[in-house]
Amino acid sequence: MEFPEDFLYTEEHEWVLVEDDIVTVGITDFAQDALGDIVFVELPEVGYQVEAGKTFGVVESVKAVSDIYSPVTGEVLEVNDELPDTPELVNTSPYEGAWMLKIKLDDPAELDLLMDADAYQSFVEEEE
Amino acid sequence: MNRIGTSGLQLNEKLIFEHSDSGRCGYSLPKLDVPAVSLPEQMIRTEVAGFPEVSEIDVVRHYTRLSTWNYGVDSGFYPLGSCTMKYNPKVNEAAARIAGLADCHPYTPGHLSQGALELMFHLQTALAEISGFAAVTLQPAAGAHGELAGMLMVRAWHEAKGSRRSKVLIPDTAHGTNPATAALCGYDVVPIESGGSGVLTAETVAQFMNDDVAALMVTNPNTLGLFESDIKKICEIVHAGGGLVYCDGANLNALMGIARPGDMGIDVMHFNLHKTFSTPHGGGGPGSGPVGVAKKLIPYLPKPVVVQNKTEYKLDFDRPESIGRLRSFYGNFGIMVRAWAYILSMGSDGLKFASQMAVLNANYIRARLAAVYHLPHQHRSLHEVVFSDANLPNDCHTLDLAKRLIDYGYHPPTIYFPLVVKGAIMIEPTETESKEILDEFCDAMLAIAKEAAENPDLLHAAPTLTRVGRLDETAAARQPCLSWLPEGL
Repeated sequence: MEFPEDFLYTEEHEWVLVEDDIVTVGITDFAQDALGDIVFVELPEVGYQVEAGKTFGVVESVKAVSDIYSPVTGEVLEVNDELPDTPELVNTSPYEGAWMLKIKLDDPAELDLLMDADAYQSFVEEEE
Repeated sequence: MNRIGTSGLQLNEKLIFEHSDSGRCGYSLPKLDVPAVSLPEQMIRTEVAGFPEVSEIDVVRHYTRLSTWNYGVDSGFYPLGSCTMKYNPKVNEAAARIAGLADCHPYTPGHLSQGALELMFHLQTALAEISGFAAVTLQPAAGAHGELAGMLMVRAWHEAKGSRRSKVLIPDTAHGTNPATAALCGYDVVPIESGGSGVLTAETVAQFMNDDVAALMVTNPNTLGLFESDIKKICEIVHAGGGLVYCDGANLNALMGIARPGDMGIDVMHFNLHKTFSTPHGGGGPGSGPVGVAKKLIPYLPKPVVVQNKTEYKLDFDRPESIGRLRSFYGNFGIMVRAWAYILSMGSDGLKFASQMAVLNANYIRARLAAVYHLPHQHRSLHEVVFSDANLPNDCHTLDLAKRLIDYGYHPPTIYFPLVVKGAIMIEPTETESKEILDEFCDAMLAIAKEAAENPDLLHAAPTLTRVGRLDETAAARQPCLSWLPEGL
């Protein structure tokens, strides 16, 4: 299971990649592994205002439907339009092909509440 | 006894469209004895592509053969947790086929529908007595529809007081439809973690309760099959904070005749007649989701309401504060007849005994399997028991166990739900199963655990004795093939 060093993570198993004031969001390798084969992804549209801790979309696997929570507050700048048609990317490429949103970050202080790779890895091991 | 047949004829069957032969049909109309009328041009379809043209016997054999591939509660044990797939006594069906009830047209005037209205009145009165509520509506067509009715009444109650609360609290052990209902009624859902014990505590609710919370939605017993033992205190906390408590009554089969949600302080609850009151789930319905309410919510009940007026029963439409009509006509009447037949034939002692047996059966299975299957919550089970796949070795998981159970001749239990248990296996035997049946099922479960240790390939390859092997659920969901086209189209 992969926990890329340069990413930040939430307790709800989303990852965050920060580039200046724009963050890219997806779900982690652990999340896709726990969910199983993903068959459906629903994402918001460009311009949508996401709020930290609130849901912005849904992933559905053969086992269950799960909400995806936004790690930060801000406006959606870009959406991965390929994902709804190729949900299997969440399983095969959770950290690259299956990025979900690019968000214009309102408050960089929100990032301080997220975990780094080491902290997330121990969090996951505890959950196991 | 091993119930798995070693031989037997299973007939393959084509799609009904593939039986078609041009000009073949299953009816013969009498000679036209009235003047012929032509339909306006725009109302006539020029082509009905691929519509099957078949004889009567083609149709009968087609569907009869398909029915032999089916597995239902009439063919065997069906322990699908949370769904309460209880046996549907045949006396219910006989009652529902009584001509005066079966053929009663919904437009029949009230004075000619007294029998039907009387039955509805008695059913709603009986449900109110069983649950401890002040009144019951029979309109909603299913459980989730009942939830919608209930939460619309909660909203109407708040609005009548000029209150604009925006949140609904829902523990992670509630049914999955609850958050959808709250959202549909315009509320934000605040999820509450039930914690390690699997039971919601009064302290936790108190932490979350504030003057923006419209209601708490709770399932009792919850989806772990555990009784919410703090429920009375929880209701007091929510009420003191100005909110209401909704109870998902899907698990009423553990309480019926023993404890009444209305007495616990619950304000509104839906029943599932197709679970607790032995009406069929078949083919996805029709279901029936009556809703019971405390006195303060009576003005908001969906209209019309069946009332008794001195010597006659009538439909009361004069309900200015009602949330309105929720269903065409008055709900799924045939299902009400079945539920009423069940209540009458069981009697009050019988209903109580059914709950006791449902709880005993679930606990018997728990006792027989707990040494081998991992039991994540130790709190005493009611009518269903939730195991996990944590003890299964050799990369065998819940799905493999479920598929292998099919080879042993059982419908699998509910799997991967509730979500709070990783790899959940949720078993609800219901009250009608004998000790012999429960033992056969437990023997199969134990045999499968042994296979997982000694020959895990049996689980990974399962099912192997069925008409079709393990289906590719992922491909079916990602590339569904939903329509048939004749060759060449």
